[in-house]
Amino acid sequence: MLIALLSDIHANLEALQACLGHAHDRGASHYVFLGDFVGYGADPGRVVEIISRYVADGALAVKGNHDEAIETIDGYFNDAAKAALEWGRATLSAAQKQFLASLPLILRQQDVCYVHASAERPERWDYIDSRSAAGRCATAAGTTYTFCGHVHDQVLFFETSRGPMREFRPSPGMPIPVHGHRRWVAIVGSVGQPRDRNPAAAYTLFDPARQEVTFCRVVYDAAAAANKIRRCGLPASLAFRVELGI
Amino acid sequence: MTGSVGTTVTHDRVQSGAILDGYRVDDRIHRGGTGSVYSATAPADHDPGFPIVIKAPLLGRGESSIGVDSFEMEQMILPALEGTHVPRFVQAGDVASTPYIVMERIDGQPLSEIIALAPLPPDDVARIGSALADAISSVHAQDVIHFDVKPENFILRPNGEAVLLDFGFARHARYPDLLAEEREFAAGSAAYVSPEQLQDDRSDPRSDIFSLGVLLYEMSTGKLPFGSPQTLAGQRDRLWREPVPPRAVNPQVPPWLQEVVLRCLEPDPEKRYLFAAHVALDLRNPEQVELSARAERTQPSGLLRHVARWWDQRHGRHLDSRQASAARLAPSIILVAVDTEHPDDERHSPLQWATKHMISLNPEYRLMCVSVIKSAPVGEGLLDIETTAGKHLQHKMRLRHWVEPLRVPASRISLHVVEAANAADTLLSLARANHVELIILGAPVPSRTKIGWWRSVASTVTANAPCSVHIVRVPERRLNLRAVDR
Repeated sequence: MLIALLSDIHANLEALQACLGHAHDRGASHYVFLGDFVGYGADPGRVVEIISRYVADGALAVKGNHDEAIETIDGYFNDAAKAALEWGRATLSAAQKQFLASLPLILRQQDVCYVHASAERPERWDYIDSRSAAGRCATAAGTTYTFCGHVHDQVLFFETSRGPMREFRPSPGMPIPVHGHRRWVAIVGSVGQPRDRNPAAAYTLFDPARQEVTFCRVVYDAAAAANKIRRCGLPASLAFRVELGI
Repeated sequence: MTGSVGTTVTHDRVQSGAILDGYRVDDRIHRGGTGSVYSATAPADHDPGFPIVIKAPLLGRGESSIGVDSFEMEQMILPALEGTHVPRFVQAGDVASTPYIVMERIDGQPLSEIIALAPLPPDDVARIGSALADAISSVHAQDVIHFDVKPENFILRPNGEAVLLDFGFARHARYPDLLAEEREFAAGSAAYVSPEQLQDDRSDPRSDIFSLGVLLYEMSTGKLPFGSPQTLAGQRDRLWREPVPPRAVNPQVPPWLQEVVLRCLEPDPEKRYLFAAHVALDLRNPEQVELSARAERTQPSGLLRHVARWWDQRHGRHLDSRQASAARLAPSIILVAVDTEHPDDERHSPLQWATKHMISLNPEYRLMCVSVIKSAPVGEGLLDIETTAGKHLQHKMRLRHWVEPLRVPASRISLHVVEAANAADTLLSLARANHVELIILGAPVPSRTKIGWWRSVASTVTANAPCSVHIVRVPERRLNLRAVDR
């Protein structure tokens, strides 16, 4: 069993297709979508359609803050993000909106927990931006492995014999042993809007039997995704972010 | 082996005679602070084809869980390592329930037995030391820092190769470091630990080069450069204190060896060798070692320098390793093959240009200039050039002349004139023995038949090289013009 974990797709169809293709080629048998399917990008409808089809075939999905903002106008978003959310509300069909609204905030399966932001009060959309935040997330999850998104960089937090969790910045494509006798919190990276100055799409593979996690980066046609953002009249800054990975 | 085991009662997790996943545990070979090593027998259907041992951690009331982290670290790193300088990994048990590692049994002489005979003659120190440096270099090239380089962790195979054991303190650059921030644990073994380890810095491979320096010092003098301090304060002395120069302890130590030893032992990693392979290269080519003030020192430096070093250390002299990691990406040892038998060959100038370009990529490069000359029976000649020694000298001068326009400092080059019938084999074995990362050589002159290339030194070297090969060819355009001229 090989699980592909995809998060923060942000209506970027090109990046999503590239990551799904990459995962398929590597033998992924299960898919988990970790939220924020819409916002920022030009293709919210197509992206939600693909994900709902995967879910109908047995994939798991949880809700992100951008997905939630489609139904409720609450929450803090900057102007560019607001513009993209309005675009999303106008573009998505009623069924697609219903799909997003129906998503759970958190899912647990055996010793794995899936959540968009943090397992500690997922509805608050807190960022796992420190070792202590990762520790609180792992404790709240109560599982050996927690996979989340929300923070767009790929990071692996792990428990050691004492002290707070440790932080590790993975190298793309390198399988990392994650033995099940300690707790791990993996931030899987952003498919549609990476922010580490590398425009390549990011997602993660998890092999529970081998106890291995591989953080992947996938080069895709970011220029095409950016041009679409410009063409549909969304703020130019969103196009730049996708093109430059910022 | 250092652990954080206090006065608690510990016992072995496994006993002789036990069967672990089909592997039979035989006699105990070694018991250390964190675990035991047993000889073992593989199940008939899983025979790896070489002798094996089983390593198992200690279990006990109060046994530090850090010992488990260390065991897991080795279990992560060992399977990722390749080559003859580490034991081959066979299998491991589940870390949580039945932790054990099955690996190759290395037969040979433990370095600790050799060091017990120290001081050793300088030639032996150079030979054994370069073998140790080879092993460290091989591990570093695979993104692993050992962090516990000491006599107990080396075995010398009968062919002279060194094998590095015990990766329980090691760090792999692309795996999570389970031992980061483990203060008491990170400190390695008191006599051999590097200044950076004492400061919890687990990022710089030059830490292992410091520990190698302690081994070289010990082999040369029979003494430890910083003693075997039991307290952390005692260990921290090495952050600023210079050891008594080896020649002051043992006058038999030649200046070049002292230079190498003290350069490894510099408290500031930036002043040390950047690559273990460079230590090996210097130990194998003593005449090429550039001597600095270090070589001549006969007593530890004066009080004033001690104070200055102590001050530097106290006020956070930054141990920056960023430039060092940049340098690690470019080839650090480059071999250029120069045909000194045909000094007027038109390939020389493009070869010089290519060499100049390649060495500019790495601030810490070493350049080996090699000339392979044909062996010919030499008798009692009338002229110097007709004797073997005279011939060698002649070619060495030509090599020196060849490399002069590149303006390479003497400390960065070594000149090698080798008499051999087969140039390709000679170049390949030199490249292998010295961890060469790039070979530069000329293409054969164009011939009408294609056979010229397939029989050439260039094609054989390219096909069999352990590294990248840069083939330099005089542009055809220029050759055609020449043909028209004629």
